[in-house]
Amino acid sequence: MTTRRDFLKTGAATGALVLAAPALSRAEAFAQQVAPATELPAMDAVTKDLLTEALNTATLGGASFADARIGRYRNNYVYTREQQIVDVVDTDTMGVGVRVLLNGTWGFGATRDLTKTGVAAAAKEALAIAKANALPAADRVRLAPAAPTPDGRYVTPHTIDPFNVSIEQKADLLIRTNAEAMKVTGVKFVSSVMFFVKEEKNYANTDGTFTTQTLIRSWLPFTATAVAPDFSDFQTRSSVIQPAGRGYEYLTEAKPVENARQWGEEAAEKLKAKPVDVGRYDLVLHPSHLWLTIHESIAHPTELDRVLGYEANYAGTSFVAPPREKLGKLRYGPSFMNIQGDREQVGACATIGWDDDGVKPESFLIIKNGIVDDYQTTREHAPMLDWWYDSQHRPIRSHGCSHSDSWSDVQFLRMPNVSLLPGDKDLSWDDVVGATDKGIAIIGDGSWSIDQQRYNAQFGGQLTYEIKGGKIGGMLKDVAYQIRTPEFWNAMDLIGGKKSYELGASFFDGKGQPGQVNAVSHGSVPARFRNINVINTGRKS
Amino acid sequence: MSAPKSLFSKGSTIASNDMLSRNEAQAFLEQVVKLSKADSIRVQMDGGYTGNIRFAANRISTAGGVGTSELIVQSGFGARHAIVTTGDYSPAGIERAVRQSEAIAKLAPEDPDDMPLLPPQTYADVNAHFDSTVNLTADERAAAAHTAIDAAKAAGDLTAAGFITASNTFNAMASKTGLFAYFASTSANYQLTVRTSDGTGSGWAGADHQDWKQINFKAVSDRAIEKARASRTPAAVEPGRYTVILEPQAVSDLIQLMAYALDARSADEGRSAFSKQGGGTKIGEKLVDPQVTIFSDPMDPQLLGRPWTDDGLPLGREVWIENGILKQLEYSRFWAQKKNARANGGLGSIKMVGGTATTEQMIASTPRGILVTRLWYLRGVDPRTILYTGLTRDGTFLIENGKVTKAVKNLRFNESPLFLLNNVEMIGKAERVAGNESQGNMVFPTLKVKDFNFTSLSDAV
Repeated sequence: MTTRRDFLKTGAATGALVLAAPALSRAEAFAQQVAPATELPAMDAVTKDLLTEALNTATLGGASFADARIGRYRNNYVYTREQQIVDVVDTDTMGVGVRVLLNGTWGFGATRDLTKTGVAAAAKEALAIAKANALPAADRVRLAPAAPTPDGRYVTPHTIDPFNVSIEQKADLLIRTNAEAMKVTGVKFVSSVMFFVKEEKNYANTDGTFTTQTLIRSWLPFTATAVAPDFSDFQTRSSVIQPAGRGYEYLTEAKPVENARQWGEEAAEKLKAKPVDVGRYDLVLHPSHLWLTIHESIAHPTELDRVLGYEANYAGTSFVAPPREKLGKLRYGPSFMNIQGDREQVGACATIGWDDDGVKPESFLIIKNGIVDDYQTTREHAPMLDWWYDSQHRPIRSHGCSHSDSWSDVQFLRMPNVSLLPGDKDLSWDDVVGATDKGIAIIGDGSWSIDQQRYNAQFGGQLTYEIKGGKIGGMLKDVAYQIRTPEFWNAMDLIGGKKSYELGASFFDGKGQPGQVNAVSHGSVPARFRNINVINTGRKS
Repeated sequence: MSAPKSLFSKGSTIASNDMLSRNEAQAFLEQVVKLSKADSIRVQMDGGYTGNIRFAANRISTAGGVGTSELIVQSGFGARHAIVTTGDYSPAGIERAVRQSEAIAKLAPEDPDDMPLLPPQTYADVNAHFDSTVNLTADERAAAAHTAIDAAKAAGDLTAAGFITASNTFNAMASKTGLFAYFASTSANYQLTVRTSDGTGSGWAGADHQDWKQINFKAVSDRAIEKARASRTPAAVEPGRYTVILEPQAVSDLIQLMAYALDARSADEGRSAFSKQGGGTKIGEKLVDPQVTIFSDPMDPQLLGRPWTDDGLPLGREVWIENGILKQLEYSRFWAQKKNARANGGLGSIKMVGGTATTEQMIASTPRGILVTRLWYLRGVDPRTILYTGLTRDGTFLIENGKVTKAVKNLRFNESPLFLLNNVEMIGKAERVAGNESQGNMVFPTLKVKDFNFTSLSDAV
């Protein structure tokens, strides 16, 4: 029986590590700050035995393929408001999920009973379900091959494990942050939270892959609320620090205490901001805002399972379908638009060593020179594009997008980090604003909504400003823009360069039935979009 | 100490391992409470089994059977408290969770909102546990999926995608004050989307109940197929203000979001749609149409919810809006004490009282309007007015001169539950709806509403 102690031991050995070759300059710059690699911990023997037991039970039951995941998933939350702690929560869950492919049909069983009997029962549950659901021959699942990794080890590069930082220290940073924001006239309420996730994942499959990984993510959500003296209005400033696949050091480097007063002032300034006049504007969108537009209007519609109808009943389908009519044909945006999928940028939330199919991900272009060039894939879905990969002389392999949010949920296609790559000219945010005579600048992610095929979307921001004569002018409020995805991206006419590249992220991106969450980052540069429809969302109650 | 035998019994199945009876849960939790060295301890346990099956593109895609169980320990020293959860029920594992929650609680600063644990309470007896759901097999779930897959395949021009889930779970709670609560419940939920193979039509239908036998799979499949066929090749209409007939799912999608805004504290603090200009709240004011009454009640036969909150407060019938008047806001135990109000447990399950109008009567009385099946991707735009944006989905139709004349393209709206409930013209029968993103059960009627604000067209089918 694997004990928590074994897992703790594994976790405690976690050092500061550099593993993946980062795709981008900013990531490279960060990686150099990280201490040199040390020996990574191996999978412990008891865990390996249990995984093997699960696979043997599945194979004896007739499975042509099986995989098993034993994971420990820990969360630590510290909630504060103003000068008080609201709650401190530590969650810890551990168990096994066994997936079998029997006669080309999936079955899945999961239990927290980490004994040989328990893992075998999960495998038997999976086999029984696969048998009950037996597919006709034409519908059977075919997996893309993946080279076995007999001893894979990975740890999120980090310097401080958030689970080794005391609650007092975390609370102190939040309370001091809140105090700074509360000093601003008009700011009546401040809430701040620390979210930390640590996943210790052990994976094995019947191809001979055994991997052990420790993934760490950190986030500090913050909201300052300014209230008008006569209670006629209130405004908030939030989304100030993006989530990251890094350790505790990321949150201190973001300097929340030092920046909180400015965030508070921005909330108060919104009370006095001018309501936007509806109309068409040139928009200059900051990476802290544009990441979410990329997430919704590019990353989701290029998930191959969605494209093929697998998510039709919930998340929806996609306008980037069918693949035969879109791959190599659909112009998504201008020729300088390149969208990369990867799971290797240091500090990004979807960065891992191996996915939940046992695949080592590679970075790939989804949109190349403005044209759709590929989709996000798993081992199940990649073979459905064999005709395209053959025509392009590329191997039929998964891009490593298989993910499950816990031991108790079956893995499926989740997006990797999907990023807008920098332009050739090394332009900054100020350069893009400076090149714009008249328009609106939007910083930070706000309200968002998009339809089930990812055509029509509406986005708000945190801070919106008039641009006049290449300069940031007065603050605006009640701004949202509505887009039709293909027209929007084709209206992009100017983008920033390497030095302006930043990561934004979603800590809890939902998909699937039963619902699962995924954490994912999106790199972006500032970009300008011509003649976009802006609405005013302010109304009287 | 030791955990109940059923949690570790050899040879038992995943379907029954994690389900505890009232007596087992009580005996176990009381042992955990006894381990406490803190001033206070509250332990909560959730567990059970969920079986699910997904299908898409007319074939079963993934399916699973999952047993889960979780112990949540909250320890307190004075006003310092912390929560630790674990699924490790070995004696050492339980001890570790209790000690860890005590250690963290000691480190946590004092919580000025802290409330003492409740003494023993009396809870309503709600029967939400049905044998038909408990005894469900993987074969039965597969057969249910095939009602839609086979019908779509037989039609030749339809594609079905759906999700069926059935669970058998319990929640239990015990504390150092002698409080004990237990609730066993089952649930069965079915949601189905049928699309036409030409990609121009999409129809959705769903059903939800604690009792598997109450789910009519054939009826859901028929309804989704009918909507898919009727919604083919939609026409564009000009965005703007329309009279709409919202089916119960669409009403639920928007109105249930109001629950998040009903917090009394935010209203008192001037940062809510229910804050009154100049101070105070809008309790007692007529906010919406007098036909509108919205309440929560775990005993309502259409809701059957857990009759207690996470902190052990008994839940009964709580009326939020009655005949258009805001009757009360949601008071936590802390805020209730501070404001000399009654803690009411808030909105878990929600029911809006139905009327007598039929959908046919609503359509017949509409010169020009839009019939909406459901709404999608609702996100808050402005908390000052509870303004949300979102889109119609899976069956949107034009009504002209009292008849449904054609399918129309989906539309984006920017609308508030408060504005909508002010513009109610007719109310139909209240039904349990299936498509919830929140936890509680929802019962809403079909509504005919004027001046619904559509702001743009979508090409999405």
